[in-house]
Amino acid sequence: MAKRPFHALKVIEYGEDISAPYCTRLLAGLGAEVIKVEKPGSGDIARNHGPFPKGQAHPEKSGLFLSLNANKMGITLNLEKKKGQDIFKKLIETADVLVENNAPGTMEAKGLGYNTLKEINPKLVMTAITPFGQKGPYKDYKAYNINCCGTGGMSVGVGDPKREPLTMPFSQGGYQAGGTAATAVMAALLARRKSGKGQYIDVSETEVWATTHTGQNVLNEGFKGISGTRKGIHGGKVYPCEIFPCKDGYVSLIAPQIEQWKRLVAVLGTPEWSKEPRYRDRKAIAEQYPDEVNAKIIPWMMEHTKEEIYKLCQDNRVPAVPVYDIAETVNHRQLKEMNYFVELNHSEAGKLKYAKGPCTFEKADWEWQKAAPLLGENNEQVLCERLGYTKTEMTALKKSGVI
Amino acid sequence: MQSLEGYRLLDFGTAVAGPQTGQLLADMGMEVIKIETRTKLDGLRLGRPTVGPEIAGTDESKWLDMQPVFHVLNRNKLSFTINLKQLGAMDVFARLIKISDVVSDNSSPGVMERLGLDQASLEKIKPDIITITLTGCGESGPMRDTLVYAPLIIALGGLESTLGYADDKSPMNLVPGYGDTNASIHAAFAVLAALWHREETGEGQHISLAESYAVTSLLGEATMDYLMNGNIPGLQGNNHPALCPHGNYPCQGNDKWVAIAVDTEADWKNFCTAIGVPEWLKDKRFADKATRLKHRTDLDKLIAAKTIKFDKYDITNVLQKVNVAATPVLNCEDQLADPHFLANKTFYEIQHPVIGKEIFYSNPARMSETPPAFRHHAPALGENNDHILTKLLGYSQQEVADLVKQQIIF
Repeated sequence: MAKRPFHALKVIEYGEDISAPYCTRLLAGLGAEVIKVEKPGSGDIARNHGPFPKGQAHPEKSGLFLSLNANKMGITLNLEKKKGQDIFKKLIETADVLVENNAPGTMEAKGLGYNTLKEINPKLVMTAITPFGQKGPYKDYKAYNINCCGTGGMSVGVGDPKREPLTMPFSQGGYQAGGTAATAVMAALLARRKSGKGQYIDVSETEVWATTHTGQNVLNEGFKGISGTRKGIHGGKVYPCEIFPCKDGYVSLIAPQIEQWKRLVAVLGTPEWSKEPRYRDRKAIAEQYPDEVNAKIIPWMMEHTKEEIYKLCQDNRVPAVPVYDIAETVNHRQLKEMNYFVELNHSEAGKLKYAKGPCTFEKADWEWQKAAPLLGENNEQVLCERLGYTKTEMTALKKSGVI
Repeated sequence: MQSLEGYRLLDFGTAVAGPQTGQLLADMGMEVIKIETRTKLDGLRLGRPTVGPEIAGTDESKWLDMQPVFHVLNRNKLSFTINLKQLGAMDVFARLIKISDVVSDNSSPGVMERLGLDQASLEKIKPDIITITLTGCGESGPMRDTLVYAPLIIALGGLESTLGYADDKSPMNLVPGYGDTNASIHAAFAVLAALWHREETGEGQHISLAESYAVTSLLGEATMDYLMNGNIPGLQGNNHPALCPHGNYPCQGNDKWVAIAVDTEADWKNFCTAIGVPEWLKDKRFADKATRLKHRTDLDKLIAAKTIKFDKYDITNVLQKVNVAATPVLNCEDQLADPHFLANKTFYEIQHPVIGKEIFYSNPARMSETPPAFRHHAPALGENNDHILTKLLGYSQQEVADLVKQQIIF
C-alpha cells in the first residue's frame, strides 16, 4: 500500500455525537489510526440517533453513527473507574492526538485534564470541542446544535422574515466545529515538527458559526446596520437571488452581474415588463418588491422542468441550478463520475455507500477500509496486543465493568 | 511562534471561498501572498464600499482598498500584482513558485491550466508543489462548467431541499454563504493534510474540492436514510428526530427568539416547571417523548405563547438554571454586545489605515501554544510588490522598475 499522509499518526477519540467523531473521521479517512473510546453499555449517543433500517432502533445500525465512524477501532472504557482512567493514560502515552467533546471540566473531573495528560505525553495535541468553548459566561450552558446555530448568528439568516428562524438541518454545526478542529489539529502537528511540543486546542461550535460562517456580517454591521438576516425565498442585495418553483420542483437562481440579468431576461423572451424602469433598478427590487417581479417570472418557470431551466440558463451563462433532493444528489451522474461514494460492508448494517470526503487528493486520497466498529469490537486487540493485558486481566476488567 | 511559520501559499482566490481558505491559514502564521493584477481584480475589491459615502468619498480609484469584507478575508496577507498574461511574467512567477509550498485558487475549471499554473506545469518548476482548486462541481464530469454562487452550491449539494418549514412547500434561501464557508474550512484542512503528507514523503499533489459535494459529504444522516429506507427527507423546519420540544421560540421584542431543546423526561419536567406550566406534565398529549413528538405542532404553539412573555436572555437564565438547553438567538448586533463573545474576544476592533475602525471576527481555533492572531491589515493592491521582488526574489531596484514599465508587475 502506498504511504498515506497520516500513516504514523495515532489518534484517540473520547467523543460522541458529531463534532469530535467528524474531526477524527477526517483523520481516519487519510490513514491515521483512530481508537474511539466509548462508554461501556450504551456507547456513543449517535448509536441511538438513527436513521435505522426500517425505522427499527439498533445500536449497531444507526446511519448517523455509521457515517461518522468508519475506519476507526472501537473500545469501551469506563472512565469513572480508576482502572479505566489508567488504561486511558496508557493509550495517551503513545498518542499524537486526543479529540474529545465532553462538557468543560469533565476530563479534569476524571483526572484526565490536559495538565495531567501533558505530563504523561508532552507531545500530545489535545482538542476539546464544546458548544461554547472552555471560557466565558456560557461555557457550562447545556446546548445542542440548534442552540449553537442560534447564538452563533446563523439561524437568523435562515427562513421567512415573518416567521421563526430555522436551524441548519442535520446538525451542520457539529461538522463545522469538527472540521475547524481538524484544521487546528493539523496546524498543531505541523508546529510540533519544529517545537517538539504538543498543545491544547479549544474549539467552540458557537464561535465557529459566529466567525468563519457569519462573521462577515459583524463587519458590515459596524457601518450599515444589521446584515445577514433571513429573506425567505429571496436573498442578496441585488435582484434576483431567488428560489423559484417550476414544473417539477424548484430552482435556485442568482444573477448579481448586470450582464447575467440581461441574459436571463433574454432567456425569458425579453418580456415587455422587463423594459420598464421599475424593473431595471435591481437594488430597489431586492429591497422592496421582489415578489412582484417573481410573479412575472414564475409562469415561465412553471412551463419548464428544473433540468430544462438549468440547461437554458447555463447555456446562456445565467447561474441557475435545480434544487436537488437527497436522492437526486446521491444518484447524480456527476457523483458517479467523481467516484464520490465508497461501499463498505458492516457486519450488522450490511452494505452501504459512504461519502469519501469533502475533496479529493491526487496522490494520497481517502481510503476507506472498514465500516464503523461494533461497540467494544477492538477491546482485545487494543488492550492485549497494544497494552499487554492478559486474557485473564481482560476478563477481570470486563467483570468489574471497566470495559 | 505561530503554527504555520515557514510555509508560503500563493493565493489566487477571489470572492469568499478561496480568500477565506487563505485567511484561515494566514491567521495561523502561513505567509499567504495574494496574487492580483489590475487586469483582473478580486470582485470584492470592486464596487461602492459599504463604509458609507462620508468615508468612501467620490474618488473611485481609492475604493479598491476600502472594502471591509475584502479586508477581513484577506487580513494577514501580502499583495503581489503580476499580470501573468504579459510576456516574460512567467519567468518572474517561476522564481516565486520555487520558494513556495502551496498554490490555491477558486477560478473556473481550466483557468489555471490555460495560465500554465496547474499541478503538472508547476511541478516542472517545483517538484513538490501542492495545488488546491475549489470549484462549484468539480474539475471534470458533466457538471464541470456549471456557473454557481453560494446559494446554488447548497442546491446542488442536496441541503437546500431540506431547508424550510415543515408545513410549507418552498425551500428557503440561505442568506449566509454556507457553500463557500464550508468549502474554506475543508480546504484549509486539506492544505495542511497535504503539507503533512509532503513532510512525511517528500511528495506534492493536487487537491480538488467541489464545493457542492463538500456540502453533500456532511449529509450522512440524510443520505443513510435514503440508502437504508428509500426515504427522501423534505423540509426539516426546526424538527429533530429525537428531541422535543426543539425549536426557536418567540420572545419579547421584534424578531427576538430563544432556542430550546429538551431531551430527557427530567428535562421536560424541569422545563414545564420553570416556565410555570406544571399542568402540561399531566397532559396526555405530552406524556412521554413519543407523544410529544406526535403533538409537536400543538406543543410548539403552546410554548410560543409562554416564551413571548420573556426577554430572550431572561428565559435563557431561567431554563439553564434547571439544566435545560435554552440559549438566545442572536444577530450580529446582539453578538457584539453579548457577554460571552465579549469575554472570549470573539470580535475585535482594528484600525485600517484607509478607512479606520473595523470589527473583525477572530479565528475560532483557540490554540494554547501557537495561537492564530491578527498580525497586519489586508494589503492595499500591490502593497508588497517591492518586498517580494527584492527581498524574496532578489531583483534589483532597476529590474523592478523595468518589470513595472513592462506592465508585468501591474
